[in-house]
Amino acid sequence: MASTYSSEKVDYSAAMNLEPVAAADWLIVAPVLVSLIGGAVCLMMRKNTDAQPKLAILFLALLVLVNFGLLIRVLDQGVITMVMGGWLPPFGIAFTVDALGATLSLIASIVAFCAGLYGIVTVGTTGRRYGFYPFLVLLMAGVCGAFLTGDIFNLYVWFEVLLISSYGMLVLGNEKPQLDGAVKYGVLNLIGTNFFLIGTGMIYGVFGTLNMADIAIKMSELDSPASGTLLTIAVLYFLAFAMKAAAFPVNFWLPASYHTPNIVVSAVFAGLLTKVGVYALLRIFVLIMPGSREALADLFALVAILTLMTGAFGALAQSELRRLLGYLVIAGIGSMLAGIAVGTTLALSGAIFYAVHSIIVMTALYMASGIVNMMSGTYDLRQLGGLYQRNVAFAAVFLVLAFAVSGLPPFSGFWPKVLLVDAAFADGRALLGAAILLSGFLTTIAMGRVWIYAFWRGGPEGTPDGESVGPGAATAVAGGRAAGLAGPAVWLPLGILTAMIVYFGLQPEWMLELSTRGAVGLVEPRGYLRSVFGGL
Amino acid sequence: METGLSILVGLFFAVSVYLMLSKQLVRMLLGIAILGNAVNMSIFVNGRLTREVPPVIPEGLMVPTEVIANPLPQALVLTAIVISFSFFAFLLVLAFRAYQEVGTDDVNEMRVAEPENDPLPPQGY
Repeated sequence: MASTYSSEKVDYSAAMNLEPVAAADWLIVAPVLVSLIGGAVCLMMRKNTDAQPKLAILFLALLVLVNFGLLIRVLDQGVITMVMGGWLPPFGIAFTVDALGATLSLIASIVAFCAGLYGIVTVGTTGRRYGFYPFLVLLMAGVCGAFLTGDIFNLYVWFEVLLISSYGMLVLGNEKPQLDGAVKYGVLNLIGTNFFLIGTGMIYGVFGTLNMADIAIKMSELDSPASGTLLTIAVLYFLAFAMKAAAFPVNFWLPASYHTPNIVVSAVFAGLLTKVGVYALLRIFVLIMPGSREALADLFALVAILTLMTGAFGALAQSELRRLLGYLVIAGIGSMLAGIAVGTTLALSGAIFYAVHSIIVMTALYMASGIVNMMSGTYDLRQLGGLYQRNVAFAAVFLVLAFAVSGLPPFSGFWPKVLLVDAAFADGRALLGAAILLSGFLTTIAMGRVWIYAFWRGGPEGTPDGESVGPGAATAVAGGRAAGLAGPAVWLPLGILTAMIVYFGLQPEWMLELSTRGAVGLVEPRGYLRSVFGGL
Repeated sequence: METGLSILVGLFFAVSVYLMLSKQLVRMLLGIAILGNAVNMSIFVNGRLTREVPPVIPEGLMVPTEVIANPLPQALVLTAIVISFSFFAFLLVLAFRAYQEVGTDDVNEMRVAEPENDPLPPQGY
């Protein structure tokens, strides 16, 4: 039998790509490579706490550049694919980058770069020695990998990479509330990824493949795209990613943990982690399992409404600034889920735009609340006050952020909400549209109250009307913490993010076009499939 | 073969869910450990079971000549085992540290991050 097959006669072309990869296509894996190498280098420099931030920021800047180049190339060439080891799909692991993945990856890396700068002030020598910067850069490997991969098991692996880095960042400092919060965060997120893994195992059992494009093709060839087995898988995925994204019934880990770590860690988490869950929902339910999404659309809408309400009412009931912001993260997730529930191109582009907006604005708000704490030594609304007199420009920036997160014009939160509400009403889901509007209204009240208490009134609770606490007294409260406000390290990242919010608010065309391209690529995945398999 | 293992997987899931519903952190962690094993076995069963034919291609050949066991689930399970093992180790240490600091392993009493009598925000302007 050996004579039938000799190695010379075998045609590899069906299974292997023997051509060398084009130099420009290395961009596809470059974000992951840069982050992994950067993380390793930072880990080696762990003891050198002065050089470490510089190196990390250098690598994060490089990551922004690489992601920018990748986005340009995707816009130029359409969806691009690279297979590991030259094994053609569905055999090898494929990285498939479309406009959605490249956009989110770019925005995420900009946010991480800003966090790297901000961390110079808020992360002290101990935090650096225990590895804040390596964790930050390795977290970006997980985030970018999740946005760029085209293989569903590989997506699980990137989820775990970002999860283990986030554990490390969450417990930096080893304080009592941190350990308490980290237990809840850790247990619930680990259970969530296990559900993801069960679903992936079942997908493999049904289709015999893990490549997303391959599954999408096989799914579209089925007669009944929402049969019992597929619905089971869909519900498992929905539960898993809803846990990651902190949607309503499974959101309790977020308000329990996001206010406990160092403020820059909270900022990164609030910006990035939940949005990776939303991205996975978009990818799985719109690209791979559109039939199941239609079957579950009412469930999605219900969860979206409840998430919007939980977030908004939760924010109203908090007097701790960071916990209030944690609930606003949840409210934002509700808006994105609303887009997935409606599922039209308009709604999906709204959801993608909202994800971009939410990444930027939530990080900026946490950074701003960190500055509030440095100025006055507390996060409690009862004890805040008089910051307007201390720094008018900062008060204005905070007001811009408050407007943006509430969805008021002319800032970046306005446009995606217009798209989402428009799409919800056009699809006949009036309740969903109303919930988005009501949640925005309640957010306006909550953020308006923060601004009035922390900035507008003269001083902490008990200060008589018309009087104000002088700057000298407040500085004494803040003690040594205010020293960080002298340099540009905390102001520059906040400025960059606020500038992006204002820019996307005044000039939304560019981001609208990107998110529309991303949404069209999900609804009409021919470009995605052709990029992986060619022809078609 | 598949039926028997499926029932076993179901039992594992039942045990792990029962343990995870407990108030004691240690029991929850044991539940998570069993959940990880249940998931791994379910992936294994999903890849279909073929006995006694290792996925080895004879020397000089490029493709297998007969039905062989599916090697891919083993690769997936190996990855998942490594990941769930490291996470479990981390969570064990974390739970122990939390027990040392907070002084309880009853999750209902772990209210340090979210105190029970949290003051409401100021009313009125």
